[in-house]
Parts: sequence; C-alpha cells; structure tokens
Amino acid sequence: MRRQVPLVITFVAGMLMIISYFIPRQPFGGLQNLFNQWFIVIVAFALILGALNLIKVNAEKIRRKRPGWGYSAVLLITFTVTVISGLFWGMEQETVFGFIFRNMFVPLGATMFSLLAFFIASASYRAFRARTIEAALLLIAAILVMLGRVPLGSYIWRQFPMLANWIMAFPNMAGQRAIMIGIALGTVSISLRIILGIERSYLGGGE
Amino acid sequence: MNLFDRLKNIDRRTIFVLIALSVLIPLFVPIKLRIHVSPPAQGLYDAIDRLPPGSNVLMAFDYGPSTMPEVYPMTLAILRHVFSKDLKVIAMALWPEGASIAQDAFKTVAEDEFHKLYGVDYINLGFKAGGLVVIQAMGTSIPAIFPTDQAGRPVEEFPIMKKVKNFDEIEMIVDLSAGDPGIRHWVMIAQARYQKKVGGGCTAVSAPAFYPYLQTGQLVGLLGGLMGAAEYEALVKHPGSAIKAMPSQALSHAVIIILILIGNITFFVERRRSRKQG
Repeated sequence: MRRQVPLVITFVAGMLMIISYFIPRQPFGGLQNLFNQWFIVIVAFALILGALNLIKVNAEKIRRKRPGWGYSAVLLITFTVTVISGLFWGMEQETVFGFIFRNMFVPLGATMFSLLAFFIASASYRAFRARTIEAALLLIAAILVMLGRVPLGSYIWRQFPMLANWIMAFPNMAGQRAIMIGIALGTVSISLRIILGIERSYLGGGE
Repeated sequence: MNLFDRLKNIDRRTIFVLIALSVLIPLFVPIKLRIHVSPPAQGLYDAIDRLPPGSNVLMAFDYGPSTMPEVYPMTLAILRHVFSKDLKVIAMALWPEGASIAQDAFKTVAEDEFHKLYGVDYINLGFKAGGLVVIQAMGTSIPAIFPTDQAGRPVEEFPIMKKVKNFDEIEMIVDLSAGDPGIRHWVMIAQARYQKKVGGGCTAVSAPAFYPYLQTGQLVGLLGGLMGAAEYEALVKHPGSAIKAMPSQALSHAVIIILILIGNITFFVERRRSRKQG
C-alpha cells in the first residue's frame, strides 16, 4: 500500500493535467484549477518545512560545536530577527524588515554575485585556451560578443554590435534551440515514466 | 623570471586588482559612451510604446538582491516608460525577495517621479510560491491566487483590480527574471497557452537561452544584463545607473579579453617550444 497509493495519485494527477491541457472544459478544467490550488498550498508548506529544517540543522551544529558553528549562530539570530520583524511590524519600506532588506540583504547579495567577475577573469586567463578548432571558435565568438555587448566595441569598429547581435540571433539561437528541444524530449520521456510508474526513484527506498 | 614567464604565470591577486581598477576608475573619471540599441531591446520598447493608455501591464519581479545591479536599472527604466505612457502596473513576484524590490521600485518611480496613486495606477500583489503553477492558475483567476496585496489588504478594495479577472484583462506581461521561475515559464504558459504578449529582462548570463523565443515572436523583446538596461535607459532618454556603469563594464571586458589573449599567446609559444624540443 505504501507504494501503490503514491503511484495511483501520481498517475491520476499526471493524466488529469495532460488531458486538461488539451480539453480545458469541465470537468477537467475545474479539476485542474483545484489541483493547481492544492499545489500552491503544498509549496507554501514546503517553504515552512524548509525553514524548520534550516533551524534544525543549524541548531544541531551549534549544539555539537561543529566547525563553523559561529556562522550557524549568526544565521539563526538574523533569521529570527528578520522573521519576527516581518511578522509583527510588517514588510513595508519604513519598517525594520524593510531596513534589513535594503541595507543588509541587498548589499550582501550584490557583493556575493559581483565576486564572480573576479573569478571569471582569473578562470578565463587560466583555462580559456584555443586547444582545438571548436575551442578556438568558442573563444573568437566569446571575444566578439564581449566587444559587441559594450559601447567600447562600436568605437573600435562600428559593426561590432551588429556582429554580436548576429552571433546571438543565429548561431547561438540554433544551439539553444537544439538544447531546448533535447531537454523537452527528455522531460516528456521522464514525465511519462513517472506517470506510468516505471520510474519510481522519487518514492525513495533505493528502488 | 623573464617577461614571458611573468605573463604565463600572472598571480590571481594581480588579476583581481586589475579587475577592481577597471571597474573603479571609470566610476571616478566619467566617460560618455555611445549606446547602440539592439533589436531585442528596441522590440520591448516598441511593444510597450504601442499599448493604448490605461492598459494593464503585469510586471513579474522574479529576481533577488544578488542580481539587482543588473536587473534593477532595467526595472526602473521600464517603469518610467510604462508610467509615462499612462499604463497601469500590476506587480507580483514568483521569487520571495521580488515583492520587496517591487516596493522600492514603485517608491522611486511611481511615487517620487510620477506621483501615481497606489491601487489606482499600480499595485503590488506580493509573492506567491509555486512558480509555473501560479502562472497557470492566474490564467483562470488572478484574485483567487492573489486575494490580497503585499500588505494584506483585499485586492477588490483597489480600483485597478476591479475589472481584472484573469489574463484576458492584461495587455502585456513583462517579466524581470534572474533564473527559474522566470521568462521561460511566462512564455510557456502566458504566451503559448493564453497568447499574451510577453517581454522581459534578465541577467546577461541567461539572455542567450531566450533567443529562440525572440525568433519565434513568443517574446516581443528582451533586455540582457546591464547593457540591456543601458539600452532601455537610452530609449526612454533617462540616463541612470546602467549608462553610468557602462564605462566600467567596457573596461573590465577589455581587461578580460587582454588576459585571455595573453593566456593564449603564452600557451601557443610554449606549445611550439615543447614541440621543437620533443
């Protein structure tokens, strides 16, 4: 029963969503809306579950004084302050939550992302080599796009922006479309396997 | 150690300093650069420009603070265009941080610059978890998915939401995205299923993935990264932080290209030497 019930639920829900896409009329349309609302409720609970798990894992780390437990303490303190301020005083701009968001979260987030520029520069110097013809083509295309996507390119040669647009709109687009079609076919195949109960790894238990 | 060896083994700290300087120097020494507007940016501008006054534009804030330096300037530029055309904005977020970002953007553009009224000219519906399914459910009923605004007030209290039932009352969707859920999902559901006009803005790194949608017309326009934001600022004739940051981006691109060239020259010279010896 522990396996059959989830398999039946998956089959019914999966088939209903497929049918309702092609036949949006009643009863399929109504059932699809109902399932969508259930999904949104479940996702909201999953968020709460995620937050509780975060607290549990980090509290355990602090209790056992594992390496880096100080970071977990900072995380739990800031988490508590942010949640309490948001729950009791709202999330408007002038509130404590708004202050934390604008003056702590935003600059910290932007700083973390901007560090990428340094690592990308270092990595491209070390690893971006024209070892093969394919790598050389990639390198030339990358340099042309990098020049074409900044105003500097048009000062060197007026056609650089057009060339960059052409690379993006044709060779890049063709490659992206091939990847997209491949992913779509893979998604259809794995979805069918799950709906028909052939793929059962999501149930756990190592089967 | 000769010059060749030095160029072959540039210390990563030297590279970090070069990148930092290439970003910082243009910020202190302003340089005016010409902005070339790309067809995808022009497409988004034209699509918004053609909307009749009073039309509802749904703006999805699907990004977080980490990508704000790239996506926020385009958010402000698009909002300036939208409000200058007297369009109405319904904002929502599929990313939790998006709702607060929308609040800040509205404060800057809608309140301070255009003196628009909340609930009449624009509204912030807040965040809803569920990604693609939220979009799908909005196709049936927006008030059912967002019964209250960001502050928890019932949406039926606001004039802007009085006639809005589902996507039928939305003229265009603009998704500002930094990943999933984002532009791909809006195209998949709002465009492919409900035939809505969808345009967007995203980080430079994710822009190439959306070019197939531009070619098919499923995306009316796209702003890619800081350059996309600068293009839109140029189009709305309101230079902002993206145009100001362009010299920094141009110089840092130049530094990276020079580093790549140095890396390749030393690689080929060394390969030639080892072939001669071997």
